[in-house]
Amino acid sequence: MKNIYENRKYVFGALLFLVVFIFIGKLLSLQVLDKSYRSTANRNVLRYIIRYPARGLIYDRTGKLLVYNEAVYDLMVSPNLVEEFDTSVFCDILEITHKDVDKRLQNAKEYSYYTSSPFLKQVSSETYAVLQEKLYQFPGFFVQPRPIRKYNKNVAGHALGYVGEVDEYTIENNPFYKMGDYIGISGIEKAYEEVLRGEKGVNVYMVDVHNRIKGSYQDGKKDRSAIVGTNIISTLDIDLQEYGEKLMVNKIGSIVAIEPSTGEILALVSSPTYDPSSLLGRGRSKVFKTLSSDTLEPLFNRPLMATYPPGSTFKLVNGLIGLQEKVIFRQTEFYCYGGYNSGSKHVSCHYHETPLNLPEAIQNSCNAYFCNVFRRILDNPVYPSVREGYNSWRDHVLSFGFGQKLESDFSYKVKGFVPMTSYYDRYYGKTGWSSLTVLSLAIGQGELGITPLQMANMTATIANHGYYFAPHIVKGIGGETVIDERFYSKHITTIDSVYFPIIINGMDMAVNGPPGSGSTARIARINDITVCGKTGTAENPHGEDHSIFVAFAPKDNPKIALSVYVENGGFGATYAAPIASLMVEKYLKRKIIRQWLENYILETDLIHSEKEN
Amino acid sequence: MKRRINKWSEIDWITIVLYLLIVVLGWVSIYSAVYNEEHDKIFDLSQRYGKQMILIFGALVIALLVVVTDSRFYSSFAYVIYAIVILLLIVVLLIGKEIHGAKSWFEFGPLRLQPAEFAKVGTAMALARYVSSKSFNIKNSKNVFNVIVIILIPAIFIYVQPDTGSALVYFAFILVLYREGLSGGILLIGILMMILFVLTLIIDKMVIIIALMVVGYLVFLIIDRNIKRFLIAALIYIGLSGTFFGLKEFAGLGLSVYFILILSLIISGFIYSFFIYFYRIRKAVLIYMLMLGSIIFTFTVNYAFDNILKPYQQKRINILLGMDSDPYGSGYNVNQSIIAIGSGGFSGKGFLKGTQTKFEFVPEQSTDFIFCTVGEEWGFLGTSLIIILFTILLLRILVLAERQRSGFCRIFGYSVFAILLFHFVVNIGMTIGLLPVIGIPLPFMSYGGSSLWTFTILLFVFLRLDISRLEYLI
Ligand SMILES: [Zn+2]
Repeated sequence: MKNIYENRKYVFGALLFLVVFIFIGKLLSLQVLDKSYRSTANRNVLRYIIRYPARGLIYDRTGKLLVYNEAVYDLMVSPNLVEEFDTSVFCDILEITHKDVDKRLQNAKEYSYYTSSPFLKQVSSETYAVLQEKLYQFPGFFVQPRPIRKYNKNVAGHALGYVGEVDEYTIENNPFYKMGDYIGISGIEKAYEEVLRGEKGVNVYMVDVHNRIKGSYQDGKKDRSAIVGTNIISTLDIDLQEYGEKLMVNKIGSIVAIEPSTGEILALVSSPTYDPSSLLGRGRSKVFKTLSSDTLEPLFNRPLMATYPPGSTFKLVNGLIGLQEKVIFRQTEFYCYGGYNSGSKHVSCHYHETPLNLPEAIQNSCNAYFCNVFRRILDNPVYPSVREGYNSWRDHVLSFGFGQKLESDFSYKVKGFVPMTSYYDRYYGKTGWSSLTVLSLAIGQGELGITPLQMANMTATIANHGYYFAPHIVKGIGGETVIDERFYSKHITTIDSVYFPIIINGMDMAVNGPPGSGSTARIARINDITVCGKTGTAENPHGEDHSIFVAFAPKDNPKIALSVYVENGGFGATYAAPIASLMVEKYLKRKIIRQWLENYILETDLIHSEKEN
Repeated sequence: MKRRINKWSEIDWITIVLYLLIVVLGWVSIYSAVYNEEHDKIFDLSQRYGKQMILIFGALVIALLVVVTDSRFYSSFAYVIYAIVILLLIVVLLIGKEIHGAKSWFEFGPLRLQPAEFAKVGTAMALARYVSSKSFNIKNSKNVFNVIVIILIPAIFIYVQPDTGSALVYFAFILVLYREGLSGGILLIGILMMILFVLTLIIDKMVIIIALMVVGYLVFLIIDRNIKRFLIAALIYIGLSGTFFGLKEFAGLGLSVYFILILSLIISGFIYSFFIYFYRIRKAVLIYMLMLGSIIFTFTVNYAFDNILKPYQQKRINILLGMDSDPYGSGYNVNQSIIAIGSGGFSGKGFLKGTQTKFEFVPEQSTDFIFCTVGEEWGFLGTSLIIILFTILLLRILVLAERQRSGFCRIFGYSVFAILLFHFVVNIGMTIGLLPVIGIPLPFMSYGGSSLWTFTILLFVFLRLDISRLEYLI
């Protein structure tokens, strides 16, 4: 018996094949063509716990540990895994408010719904111990250990710098950094970030749907342990640094001390300073705000960033240029009757014997002498015009490292300013100015802008009889005492080395000349060390002049060259010279004999007395 | 008169081998889905794979019993069995154990049974018995009505539990009726309505109505081949619409835009089709009625969706139609299921290596979502294998059903085919995101005794009936 509807079996067969065709097609696209599901599944399951490396340690030149690390804990959150939890217990442990919890969760969600981000940073080890036990109650949260910086002595904030959270700009431009990472923000921490930071490691875990860790992914094949950052030996002498900061308390200014034979920075004092450890931890942003709004600008790195006219210290350079240009000789004498006069121009001078030769002019810091020298340089008949004369002078000046960024290892530094002829052309027209117009350059005033670092470098250059090594703050990386090659290359000035002893002789006399000989810096004298120095006073249109002193010692085989700036300190001899002298004594003898001088400086308060006025 | 034959040499071993293959693959998948290091012994009765092992042995015993039973038992006691399962469905509503808000379970110690599953067997038998009876005529509307009653009674009781998924399975029996002579048109209209249903929920109803009108008029034009009458009808339509709009705007009548469009359509369409009818093109009237019906259906669906469906049902449909993209809302299961299958790639992550599976990202993975485990751990090769095995099994059942000489056997065979097909399509379609999440198991593979035993009974009763074709000459 043939069923009349038997042919309908083909409809069923066709229907079945249609289904199979659709299913296989869909599965082909899901499983074979679309590769994205594998990563989606991994995102579900894999939890990447970043292992933060301990940052490299920082030592001083004598091997004293300056900066090290301590562990804190970041509480991380993956918003997609967060479930309802007991907020009050949570808040109690972490000492935050309910509102805070909501806000932080919202922030985390906005950052990314699927990847984890810091919920609360730098949880202390005590809180961590409590939290760890209860963590299972808070799905979606986990703890990530992370080392933070610790300081043995709270000094050298500007030199060492600090670390802080990486900003968005850096994250976008440097794939090494992820949100919440730390990065060196200033000083050595910034300059040697790549050395210090080490390499982040990662542990890849698998978690189940309840966010419980179920073990290592692929038996730990994808894990990478963190590589600890490389240690750094700084050129700083931390005792000298600490002493310098002590001397500068209640004064605005800076001290830069350099070892002339190497260019190593022994001390880098910026005053007022700040406690580097205050810029770490959870209170960081508050402290930072206070520091930034302080009118005395404690965060301003004066040795590197502040520019002043060099004042009379610049006479050393002009003297050397005069000698090199052969417009004067050691014995060249000029008369000075209370100053220098030419036409309408008058540069006054204090009382001293006259006439003076070159070393005596340095000893007495005679303005008239150097006005004459400067005019002879610019109006030298060898050059067809004053502009050529000026350019030649300027080339000499630049060879001392002025008007350019010294190739130091700091990332922040300013060029300073040594005007080009075009600068004067703009004001006076190409033929409208003469050596007389720019006469204030003769005594280091006027348009010159020079940083304390450049000034210390100039002093080191003189101590070296005509060359310098780029000043730097790091002398060893890891076990090696080798650093960047550029710090071993001699920068030789345009001045012949034979001329330097003449100037140094003047600097010696300025400090060590017999009483009544007109020495301007006798206060800097140390009994058994020949200190060579030169005072300076930077004109300050806004108030009391800045006191400047540059010095190196000992005279033969110099070990230390430094520049000291005391803002609103008046004459160079008043405060800057004694401070420099004490620094030299501290460095070379490791102890201070002249207690009276030390007390005089320590008791001086130029900040609060000024405010009272 | 009965011939003595050796049942075990005549039984269809191809089907049995396919059955065993699928059951074993199912067990392996369950093992993988619930595996953890602490419990790795396959007979661990505290774990689902241990229990499933017992259930599989139980299923084999049941299969044996089914085969040794006289084949006449099934046709003779069809109505009795049907009555018993209906009774069970009523009893379960009264004293059943409520799990996940549904009263669907009898609990006997460690064993939980779901009468909704076993009811399929009774319904298939009753249906086969009734439709194969000599007095039955598919053209007789009273007979068709009775058939529908037989199918709907268990479906309604199951729906009341509530277990919508299991109730829906009963619609699979309509396929059986098609084989027995039910008009294909009804089936086709059903499918068209489904498509329109989906379109209505996705696309704005205004667009659908306008599209339907345009299509309708174009069909008229093609049939009529008279551009003049077409233009007249169109003019009438535009004129009427304009008039109504005018009334709405100036006379302040509260007419909705839909109302205006449809009223104009009805009137103009009526006039147009009257013209055409007048010129003896009868089909036009049919098309006109269809168009009108479609429009009314569109409104009904919209109304039903907004007012009758529960919010979670609306949501499920929305997810299915891609209108709800919140991955952590109610689409979570499907999403994780698709991730699991998709992440398996071509050859899978390997046995016990599926992370979605191992770390419980897919809910219900050993039951309704067992296909995920296959997809994740065995990849495209595994999923294709399962689909091919089911396809061969279904084709084999089709072949066996067609070789039956008795109506009862053939109809029962088609019932097995239809139910298996429905489960296969809906379950896999759900796990790969082609169909909404309707909680029905994958036959022979999903964890659970009721489902495994029911499908075993269905299959082996059919195999038993298949042997009977040699025993009796009907
Ligand atoms: Zn003088």
